[in-house]
Amino acid sequence: MPVLLTLSTTMGERPASDLGFLLHKHPERAQSFDVTAGRAHVYYPRADEHDCTAALLLETDPVELARQARQGGSWALGPYVNDRPYVASSLLAVALGRVFRTALAARCEARPELVTRAVPLRIELPAVPHGRDRELPRRLFEPLGWEVEHEVLHDPDRGETRYGRLALRGEHTVSEALNQLYVLLPVLDDAKHYWVGQDEIDKLLRAGGAWLASHPERELISGRYLVHARPLVDEALRRLTAEEGTDHDDGTTETRPLAAQRRAAVLEVLRTTGARSVVDLGCGDGKLLRDLLDDTEFGEILGVDVSTRALRAAERTLRLERRSERENHRIRLRQSALTYTDSGLVGYDAAVLMEVIEHVDPERLPALEHAVFGHARPARVVLTTPNSEYNSRYPDLVGGMRHPDHRFEFDRAEFAEWTRRVGRTHGYTATSSGVGEADRRLGQPTQLAVFTRNDLSDRDATS
Amino acid sequence: MTETEDASADPSVTELELPELALIVLVGASGSGKSTFAARHFPHTQVLSSDHCRAMVADDPTDQDATADAFDVLHHIAGKRLAAGRVTVVDATNVHNHARQSLIRLAREHDVLPVAVVLDMPESLCLRRNAERPEAPDPGVVRRQRKDLRRSLKGLRREGFRRVHVLRSESEVDSAEPRWTKLFNNRRADTGPFDVIGDVHGCRVELEALLTELGYRLRHDADGNAVDAEHPRGRRAILLGDLVDRGPDSAGTLRLVMGMAESGNALVIIGNHEHKLVKALDGRKVRIPDSLRETLDQLDGLGADFRRRARDFCDGLTAHYVLDGGNLVVAHAGLPERYHGRASGRVRAFAMYGDTTGETDEWGLPVRYPWAKEYRGSATVLYGHTPVAAAEWVNNTMCLDTGCVFGGELTALRYPERETVSVPAERVYSEPARPPRNDESTDRDGSERQDPAERTPRREPGTLDLGDVSGRRVVHTGHHGRVTIGAEQSAAALEVLSRLAIDPRLLLYLPPTMPPCSTVTEGELLEHPERAFADYRHQGMRELVCQEKHMGSRAVVLLCRDDRTARERFGIEPRPSGTPGTIHTRTGRAFFDEATSATLLARVHAAVGRTDLWEEFDTDWLLLDTELLPWNAKAAGLIDERYAGTATAGDSTLRSTLRGLREAERRGLDVAALRTRFEARHTDVERFRTAYRSYCHPVDGTEGIRLAPFRVLASEGQAYRDTEQEWHLATADRLAEADPGLFRTTRRRAVDIDDAGSVAAATAWWEELTAEGGEGMVVKPRTAAPRGRNGLVQPGVKVRGREYLRLVYGPEYTEPHNLERLRKRSLGRKRSLALREHGLGLEALDRLAGGEPLWRLHECVSAVLALESDPVDPRL
Repeated sequence: MPVLLTLSTTMGERPASDLGFLLHKHPERAQSFDVTAGRAHVYYPRADEHDCTAALLLETDPVELARQARQGGSWALGPYVNDRPYVASSLLAVALGRVFRTALAARCEARPELVTRAVPLRIELPAVPHGRDRELPRRLFEPLGWEVEHEVLHDPDRGETRYGRLALRGEHTVSEALNQLYVLLPVLDDAKHYWVGQDEIDKLLRAGGAWLASHPERELISGRYLVHARPLVDEALRRLTAEEGTDHDDGTTETRPLAAQRRAAVLEVLRTTGARSVVDLGCGDGKLLRDLLDDTEFGEILGVDVSTRALRAAERTLRLERRSERENHRIRLRQSALTYTDSGLVGYDAAVLMEVIEHVDPERLPALEHAVFGHARPARVVLTTPNSEYNSRYPDLVGGMRHPDHRFEFDRAEFAEWTRRVGRTHGYTATSSGVGEADRRLGQPTQLAVFTRNDLSDRDATS
Repeated sequence: MTETEDASADPSVTELELPELALIVLVGASGSGKSTFAARHFPHTQVLSSDHCRAMVADDPTDQDATADAFDVLHHIAGKRLAAGRVTVVDATNVHNHARQSLIRLAREHDVLPVAVVLDMPESLCLRRNAERPEAPDPGVVRRQRKDLRRSLKGLRREGFRRVHVLRSESEVDSAEPRWTKLFNNRRADTGPFDVIGDVHGCRVELEALLTELGYRLRHDADGNAVDAEHPRGRRAILLGDLVDRGPDSAGTLRLVMGMAESGNALVIIGNHEHKLVKALDGRKVRIPDSLRETLDQLDGLGADFRRRARDFCDGLTAHYVLDGGNLVVAHAGLPERYHGRASGRVRAFAMYGDTTGETDEWGLPVRYPWAKEYRGSATVLYGHTPVAAAEWVNNTMCLDTGCVFGGELTALRYPERETVSVPAERVYSEPARPPRNDESTDRDGSERQDPAERTPRREPGTLDLGDVSGRRVVHTGHHGRVTIGAEQSAAALEVLSRLAIDPRLLLYLPPTMPPCSTVTEGELLEHPERAFADYRHQGMRELVCQEKHMGSRAVVLLCRDDRTARERFGIEPRPSGTPGTIHTRTGRAFFDEATSATLLARVHAAVGRTDLWEEFDTDWLLLDTELLPWNAKAAGLIDERYAGTATAGDSTLRSTLRGLREAERRGLDVAALRTRFEARHTDVERFRTAYRSYCHPVDGTEGIRLAPFRVLASEGQAYRDTEQEWHLATADRLAEADPGLFRTTRRRAVDIDDAGSVAAATAWWEELTAEGGEGMVVKPRTAAPRGRNGLVQPGVKVRGREYLRLVYGPEYTEPHNLERLRKRSLGRKRSLALREHGLGLEALDRLAGGEPLWRLHECVSAVLALESDPVDPRL
């Protein structure tokens, strides 16, 4: 149940035990406080003329934490056994804010002259989470002028863990140091034990205002501190940079990202074929749907995805609540799964399968083929998928594929063979092309195929 | 002709013939007594009154402004009733053509017969009755209504009413009594047994051979022609139509079948070829292809009498029958569920011709809509019409046309035995326009013919419909009643199924979650065997089995004997390497990559072979419930992150803490209490580490992996429901003997909870198991799925050891004030969830063993996953 933070100083030319004044905690007494996560104890393992160490020991109550998590309807932080009771996290930050509130606010009536004085400090945290990035503690604290000593903790059987013992040395005011810890402890942990709302931005700017704006990792810090809630993070960064007075322009010379090129290519095909009703199979966060909705030529748009989370994201992308009734009538979103037949998908002029098939297990692909080409049978199917040959131009791919969820990726020959077989089996004729910068040897990064139902291509041919 | 038994509709008769499934439209002016009539003859729930609907939408039954809305409501309710096959009576004036037309349309949409009952009462009577009502319409209105009515009377039949009854006086109304008539297709009372025979197409010789094979005795006339066939045990044949054309002896076939029908030895339904034949015989203009010409010539050869008899016979044939209490439906081209027992031109056309999409394939034949793939009904549907290479079940339907006339076979299905019997064609009588195949919807491209590999008949690629798994659903289980799944739960399950789960054709069963025993109320423990015994005592269970609980991961193993089984039983194309089957987790995910899985399955396969289980169970596949060990085989990531990480961080923090506290203590600060507390905590963390380490063992590929089977879930035709736990475990012992390196046995003890000695021994055994670091034990009833006082009983409760529970409740859960609070854990939800999942699991196994279609299995699997999406305390 304990989380520990120690703060040591020599106080320069002052008696080291003056730290007690700054912290508003008497060096010769052990004190305890109730905090939300349990009880916090403050005591001084050493306090003399030369050296003074204050310890903040947070004694969390795991049973209570689990109960609270349950009542909040989420097991995210308390499902099973977890590390919360032992590692520096938002729990410690909150306790810090509560127990050393006056020090954080840089107030000291007994010794006002001490408050603004930078003194040699040493801070130790015996267990700090760093996740997958063991350089993170260094990247967070070094720019602030700390000398960082970070020793990764090892398990006797299983080797390196995601925790380390962190020691920071540097000359800072006590208030500065505490404010930095207050912000950066939850950032290291990348999780918060409480609901994060608008007022969290104010907390971040208050505690980090002085140093955060110029911190090279300010985006990471804001993002993690605000639990990656995009609107909050954006606002925080805007306010940070506004205070800094810089406003950098997005370069327009940049080539468009591949995803945007892909959308443009698909849109172009849909426009050329004159499709009026379009179903986007696996619509994801709805960027293509937004493009479709912005073009009134597309009178009936349906976006489906198996992920309810993606559908909510698409709803946000489309901002349907701000669009007119007429626009709302043109578009629908709902759940569907492409390995199941779905009669609601029958009768569309065109179906889009943009970067979808590679997320389906190869043995389930025939079921998707049957559901889309055999059952839904749209007049046209516009399909994109990665060209695996091109992957050699991406050096950092994990597992050799472009996305961890990809179940396979076709090279050009495999894709050609697949489109031929699907077309033949289900009565479609396919034409293939690509999207993105072409490599003479490897082709384009994205493969694109347009399937036309044979009764239409026959008609086209005879008319 | 009409679709009911009595075609007469004499308006003077006051016995009202009404088909058992009809939309009955009352017609009459205001005051003609419609509501009184309806109230006298029909239950009030069958009657939809326009006045009542007006009142519902506008608080006033006479508010004419509300008429449009009121009729919307009326039509909506009528539609719902007709869709469910319920007689519906519309009580409205209906004197105008447009009002009646919309009701006729509604009846047709639901394929039920529209019937008009007209109350053509004298004007004076209507006015007199209206005078007694407070809100009666103006006399002029009544007069106009009567005029409209009189004008309509003659044309009612033409408008589309299949029967019209007109009552012209009070006395006629008073003496009128409805008489319900059955539809021709309703033979629900007829339970068989039957032998259902596919398309004969003039193959008389093969028909005679098949009847003989089925045990019928043929009867011949003086000339030696077969004219009847009788089964000694009273079985009857059902011929699925298309008796004539293409084959060598259509006339002889008709002679035999007509004889059987007349003597009650056969039921016959009409095929499209009989339908055409009647038209041709009536001299109507039809295109007469050669094969029909041949049939006509054969009939001519047998004389005008026979020809007329054949014509009348074919003309009198019904297009489909519903038999055996609704469990069997026969129709020449098949029939979707919504048409079963319905009567309309559309239903008849479907039954004869199937649902053609209007497209034709490259052989010029119509492309047929694959209704059977989408069939989800509970009735077995047997049909012919489209030749297939082999008769096989598709969603509880079977096509019995195996192309006899094209040189295939003539096939019958014994019902209710569900066995097929076939005789081969003597020769090819006719060249097919295209090769027979079992997949009728896809392959629309002529180039298919160049690719013989794709021409072999094959099953559907496990076609499931979104409707099988999405939205709010109710699963009917044989053991636990109705299990309801919410729409959001379904959505969550769908996501898991389509993104993470293995192929649904191999995902046949998911095990239920297991609750712990009731919580111990005092002392140092949370769980104890005696609590489990008490739980079962409460359910009326006395004989129990305690099984050692293996600390690993739950794994379901499906094993096929060979590739053919994989293909034919589960519709899976086997991989070139390895034993077909799967090993999946309790959430339906693959345990291992393909190669590892194949290696393990091969070893399981070898052990099953050495143990002779295939022969003993008379099966080609096995489904086993097992625990896969060690724990780290699957949970390595979890152990690294949660257990090792927590222990290491805890150790580091506690060491620093204790160091600082001791320093502070030396300085004279009062922290002794804190220090003692934290020393205890340090011990807890060390114990925690000891606990999880004891479940970790090195694994390299499949080396080090152990399977502890504890239940044979299913094999062909068997769900092993009433078997004893001991039998299952003994089977596992035999596997362990065959391959001790792979299989682990499960130690167990039988307990009689009324026997104090037996209880004490079991308790001591648990203490021993947990003292040596074991997870604990599972207490189960003696048989696999018993019922207790309140229905289905928990199939098992777990009793976990004190040290093991550190992994669940945290290193320090044993501190008294923590234990006190943890005792308040509530088990109700977990138990209810476990029971529902158990009910679904048993249902899945019953359906699997019974050979039910994939969507029926998938329904249970997806329901278990859906239930699992609900938040329940994961520590239980």
